[in-house]
Amino acid sequence: MSETTTPDPTTAQRVRRGVAGAGPVRRIAFARLRDLALIPAIIVIAIVGQLVNPVFLQTDNLVNVLQTMSEMAVLVLAETLVLIVKKMDLSQESTVGLAPGIAAWLTVPAGAGHGLGLLPGAWAVPVALAVGLVVGAVNALFIIRFGLNGFIVTLGMLIVLRGLLTGVSGGQTFFNLPGSMLYLGTAQWLGVPASVWVCLILFAAGIVVLGATSFGRSLYAIGGNIDAAKAAGIRTDRVLWTVMVTAGLLAALSGLMLSGRLASVASAQGNGDIFTVFAAAVIGGISLNGGKGSMFGAFTGILLLFLIQNVLTLGGVPAQWIGALNGAIILVALVISRITGGKVQD
Amino acid sequence: MDTAPPVVEAAGITKRFGSTVALRDAHITVQQGETHALVGRNGAGKSTLVSILTGLQAPDEGTVLFGGERAPRMTDRDAWRHRVACVYQKSTIIPQLTVAENLFLNRHARTRSGLISWQTVRRQARELLDTWSVAVDAGAPADELSVEQRQFVEIARALSFGARFIVLDEPTAQLDGAAIERLFARIQELQRQGVTFLFISHHLEEVYQICDTVTVFRDARHIVTAPVQDLPRADLVAAMTGEAARTRSGLPRRPDVAADAAELLSVTGLGSDAYHDVAFSVRSGEIVGLAGAASSGRTELAETVAGLHTAVAGEVRVAGRRLRPGSVPAALAAGVGFVPQDRHHQGYVPEMSIADNGTLTVPERLGPQGLINGRRRDALAREMIDHLAIKAPGPGQHVSGLSGGNQQKVVMARALANDPGLLVLINPTAGVDVRSKEFLLGKVEETAAAGTAVVIASDELDDLRLCDRVLVMFQGRIVAEKRSGWHDHDLVAAMEGMDLHV
Repeated sequence: MSETTTPDPTTAQRVRRGVAGAGPVRRIAFARLRDLALIPAIIVIAIVGQLVNPVFLQTDNLVNVLQTMSEMAVLVLAETLVLIVKKMDLSQESTVGLAPGIAAWLTVPAGAGHGLGLLPGAWAVPVALAVGLVVGAVNALFIIRFGLNGFIVTLGMLIVLRGLLTGVSGGQTFFNLPGSMLYLGTAQWLGVPASVWVCLILFAAGIVVLGATSFGRSLYAIGGNIDAAKAAGIRTDRVLWTVMVTAGLLAALSGLMLSGRLASVASAQGNGDIFTVFAAAVIGGISLNGGKGSMFGAFTGILLLFLIQNVLTLGGVPAQWIGALNGAIILVALVISRITGGKVQD
Repeated sequence: MDTAPPVVEAAGITKRFGSTVALRDAHITVQQGETHALVGRNGAGKSTLVSILTGLQAPDEGTVLFGGERAPRMTDRDAWRHRVACVYQKSTIIPQLTVAENLFLNRHARTRSGLISWQTVRRQARELLDTWSVAVDAGAPADELSVEQRQFVEIARALSFGARFIVLDEPTAQLDGAAIERLFARIQELQRQGVTFLFISHHLEEVYQICDTVTVFRDARHIVTAPVQDLPRADLVAAMTGEAARTRSGLPRRPDVAADAAELLSVTGLGSDAYHDVAFSVRSGEIVGLAGAASSGRTELAETVAGLHTAVAGEVRVAGRRLRPGSVPAALAAGVGFVPQDRHHQGYVPEMSIADNGTLTVPERLGPQGLINGRRRDALAREMIDHLAIKAPGPGQHVSGLSGGNQQKVVMARALANDPGLLVLINPTAGVDVRSKEFLLGKVEETAAAGTAVVIASDELDDLRLCDRVLVMFQGRIVAEKRSGWHDHDLVAAMEGMDLHV
C-alpha cells in the first residue's frame, strides 16, 4: 500500500502557477456546495422552529436534540461507511439491542430479572463491544468471504440477533445495569452530555478518515468501481472486512449509549431504527449505489430529521401522530435534498 | 536497442475455461519500441491473451517473460504494474472521483501527519498530465471526461507506474475521426520516447497506419506474425478468416425478390449516438443483413427498428406507417417481430414457462380484458413447440431448463407469435448448436418466403450468408452493400473498415 513513486521535489517546483490558478479553486467551491446542500433547509427549520416556539433556539433545547440523536447518528455514521463501499447493513438495529443486552445479561446480578451475574460490572462495556465485533465479522464472512447478497444476509442477521436478545432476556427489560454501562449515557463533559461529545468526535474523525486518508479514499474507489480499485492495488477484501466489522462495533457503541441514557435494555431496543438511519443517509446525499456522499452530508441528514421532529414536538403535535409525521418528514426531507442537491438520487 | 530482449515474450500458452479452450499453445513476442498489432475475429483468444499478459489470469500452461525475466507472481500487482498496463475498452477510471485522485489512487501524497495532502496530489497530477501533454483539468470529476480524455488519463497513469509497455484494447472503437488522429499522433510520440504498444483493433486500416508488426490469432491459436509491410491486406484477412474461401457452397441461391414486392420497412436519415444518417429499405420477402463489428452500430440500428433504441433524427416506416421512436409496443402493433441481441438478458424470463415466455408479446390473444386463458395459452405454445421443433416435455417447462438452441427457439417463437410483417433478428444464432442454427436459419428463410421482410444484424458469416443483400456498417455508417454471393474475405474486410478492391 505504501510503495508509491513519491514525488520528485525538484520537478515539483517547476509547477506553472498559471495553470494552478482558476480551475482547482472553482472545483473545491463546487464540491463544498454539494456537501452543504442541506444547510439552507436546516436554517429554514431553525427559523420555523423559532417562530413556533421561542424555546427552540435555546442552548438547552439544542443540546437536548443533539443528545437524543447521538445514538442514531452513530448508526448513520456506520451505515454511511457501509453504503459508500456499496454494501448494506440492516442488522445494525438489532446489534443496538443485542450488544448491551448480552452485556447486561452477563453482568446484572442474578435474582433481579434475567441477569446471570457471571461477570463483574466492569466487563459490561468490553463484552458489548465484542458482541458488535462478532456481529460485524459474521456479516463480513457471509457477504465478503462467501459472496452472499448483503441485503438478505443482514436482513437475516437482523431477525436472528433480535431473536437472540428476546431469548436471552425472556422478552423482558434489563434493569440495574452496572455503572460502567450507564457512564456514556449519563456523564457530562464540560457541561455537555458525553454522548454528544462521542457523536461529534466520531463524525469529526469520520470526516478526516473519509476525506484525507488512503483508507477512506479506498472506500470511495471500491464503491465507485471495485475492479478499478483492485487494479489500483487496493486490498478490497481487507477494506470491506474492516468496514463491516467497524460498522458492527459502532452499532454496539450506539447501543451502549442508548441503554446508558435509558438505564435499561429493552428487548425491542433499536427495533425499526434502520429505516430512519437509511433515510438520514440518503437525505444526507449518500448514494445507495455506492461511491458517493460525504460524512458531513450524512451528519446534516440526521440533524435535519431530528430538528424537524423537535419542532413538531415543540409545536404540540399529539404523540399519536408522530409516527405518521416521521414518515412524511422523511419523504419531505428527501424532496428537499433532491431540490437543493439538484441530482437524481440513486 | 536491437540487442535488447523482447519487452514481452509469451510461449506455449494454453488456457481453458471449463470445456472451451480459449488459447491453445499460443505465443507472441513484442520487441522493444515497436507498435505491435494483435488482430483476430471474435473468439480468437485476443482478450484471454491480454488478460494473461497483464497478469489478470494465470495461463494453464506456458510462460510469460518480461524483458527476459519471468513474470511476477499473480498477487504482486505492483510488480505487474511496473511492467505492463492495459487501457481497456471498459474504463478503469472511477467516475465519482476527480482526475487527480484517479491518477494517484492508493498512493496519495501525504503530509507529515499521515493525512492526504490534496494540494500535493493535485500538483503531482498536473505535473504528470503536463509531462505527457494531456490537456485535462486535474481537478475535474472523472465522469466529465470524454472517452478520448479518459484514455489519455489512463495512459498517463500507466506510464507513471513506470510501465513502458502498454496494451490498447480497441482504443479507437468509441472515437471519432479527429480523435483517432490525435490518439495516433500521441502513440507515435510516445513510441519515440521508448514506449512499446500492443494495439488491438478491429479496424485493419489502422493496423497499416500505425503498427510495425502484426500478429493474427484465429480459433485460439497463433496464426502468423509478420512485419506489417510484408503482409498484404488480402493475406491478413485470409489469415483471420482461415482458408475457407467458400461462397455459399451448401446453400442453393435464393430466388430473387419479385420486383413489385411491397416495401415493408423504410428507414430514412436515421441518426443517434451509435449511427449516423442511415437509410435503407427492405421489401416483402427480402432478407437483408446488417453486418459490422460489435461497435459499428448495427445492433443499435436493428434495435431502433424494434423500438428498443431511440433515434434522435430521421424516421422508421413499417408498411408505410411511421413508427413512434423508442416504443416497443408501437413496433409490436405495427407488426414487428424481434429477437434481441442477448437472449439471457433481453430474450426470455428464465424461471417462466415456455408458454408464458412465448406469449409475452401477444397478451390480447390469450383472453379478454387482460385475463389469461391458460388453455388457450398452452394451445398457442404447443403450436410453437411443433412449429419450431422445440425439444421440451410440454408448454409448462421452464425456459431455464432448456438447451441454448431450444431457448433461442423460444425467443424466435415469440418473435413469430404475432405473425410479423417485419422480422428483426440480432445475432439470432449466437451460442446455439449447429443443428439448431441450421433449423433457425431455415425458419427465417421459410418466414421470408411467406412474404415477411427480414432484417438480420449479426457478424456471423453463416447468418449473413442467407441474406439477399448485406449492408456493411462501419463506425455508425453503412459503407458497403454486398449482394448475395459475396466472398468471406470481402465481407470481413469491409466489416473491418477496409476495401480489398481499392
